[in-house]
Amino acid sequence: MAVFFQNVIAGLETGSLYALAALGLVLIFRTSDVINFAQGEMAMFSSFIAYQLWKPLGLPYPVVFIGAILFAILFGFLVERIFIRPASKASLVSKMIITLGLIMIINGSASALFGIDSYFFRKALTADNIDVRGVIIQPNALFIITITIAIMAVLFYLIRKTMMGISIRATAQNETTAKLMGIPVSRVYSMSWIIATVLGAIAGILIAPTTNISTTMMTEVHLKSFIAAVLGGFGSFIGPVVGGLIIGVLDNLVGMYISLTWKTVIVYGLLIVTLVIKPTGLFGKVHRKKV
Amino acid sequence: MLKLEGVNAYYGYIHALKDVSIEIPEGKIVTLLGANGAGKTSSLKVISGLLKPETGKIQFEGKDITNLSVEKIVSKGIVQSPEGRQIFPELTVYENLIAGSYTRKDKNNVKSTLERVYNYFPILKDREKQSAGTLSGGEQQMLAIARALMAKPRLLLLDEPSLGLAPLIVKEIFEIVQEINNEGTTILLVEQNAYQALSIAHYGYILETGKVVHQGEAKELRDNEKVKKAYLGSS
Repeated sequence: MAVFFQNVIAGLETGSLYALAALGLVLIFRTSDVINFAQGEMAMFSSFIAYQLWKPLGLPYPVVFIGAILFAILFGFLVERIFIRPASKASLVSKMIITLGLIMIINGSASALFGIDSYFFRKALTADNIDVRGVIIQPNALFIITITIAIMAVLFYLIRKTMMGISIRATAQNETTAKLMGIPVSRVYSMSWIIATVLGAIAGILIAPTTNISTTMMTEVHLKSFIAAVLGGFGSFIGPVVGGLIIGVLDNLVGMYISLTWKTVIVYGLLIVTLVIKPTGLFGKVHRKKV
Repeated sequence: MLKLEGVNAYYGYIHALKDVSIEIPEGKIVTLLGANGAGKTSSLKVISGLLKPETGKIQFEGKDITNLSVEKIVSKGIVQSPEGRQIFPELTVYENLIAGSYTRKDKNNVKSTLERVYNYFPILKDREKQSAGTLSGGEQQMLAIARALMAKPRLLLLDEPSLGLAPLIVKEIFEIVQEINNEGTTILLVEQNAYQALSIAHYGYILETGKVVHQGEAKELRDNEKVKKAYLGSS
């Protein structure tokens, strides 16, 4: 039983990082119908900034963390302004291809600026493991789960209860009418890119101790966050969170109890079955096309 | 209060508004009538700033607003309730109304506007927590008007409020529109239902293929033989 719990906690740990990244994807998708394929690369770049602040500059971890988030705010803002907004009249497909191009640009810049090596990055908490009746728990895992819950609570509060949230959801449902209500939709887009980039950066910084920091560090997280969003449903905000957690936990449990070699095949096979039964995702409603 | 002067507007190569001049005096209900594609909705889009005119000017209270952004125009007090209602279906009724108050600077008074709006449309208060997509067509139309009122408009633009509604509900909505006007809001009413529109409007314009072909006091238009034949569908 101890092994079981250990695996569940480990699953929740990585799962909550998938969930954060997936929320970023969904936020941009919901407001502008664009799928940001470069979300993972952007997170990778922000993680490199965190690394630069930590190792070469030797700053304390909280400063590193906050510094990387401040960078992500600026980064998200600039990417939207420079690459996405000028194409606001282009078709959705063109916009998505722009984000594919962004992968190249960001990945290329990262290799040029930071090199192609992989670097060790510290955990948020380095305290000793705790033994709770035979279940070995890493404080860092608890930290990751807690901070994810906290971030999501804040985000859900913003989306559900504030004028900013209402304007984001209104823009998502009907852009033209949102404009007619005086909602500055371009600011809403900007805001959603900023929040999404910050969510990605947090996921990147927190996964980095496991993956190391490198230009390919986010490949798996990005892919899984995508699957989390599809599984939970791109049409809701809670769906991707649950999707991320399910994938994280299943990955670990199947690996432990069924087969490590076949785990990927089994987990994603299950996901495909789920999507065949419920094509809009677990929490998805039929996405209303904007007119 | 609002003046369109020689406005020409295009959708690509389609000449949607041809030299349109319209005037809306403060405190009145002015109606734009015409068939589908006559340029009624385009006129509203030009006023709201969604469609920019190629030539011509739009003035609001003596100031040129032709090139202002949609948000700026809303915050000047020109608010539209769009055609086909266009409520936010997954927001609750209450959230839809709050979205309508986005540009308000006097946030403290939003609550009293909300009460005023619930006073016009008591059904919306009962449905406050329901998502707007679950409302009936008539209720959605009420919500669309109420949402526009939340911005405390000086000029309210109504695009086809009778569209697809049962006659009884149309009558109810038009009574409320008249009441809103009586309490001081100027209204530009776009309608296909010419008979209903002329019964509450003070002045009317008739559009055909993007041009103003007729204008006059509502009463005069009601009695005009040509108008009767073409738009009132009566003998």
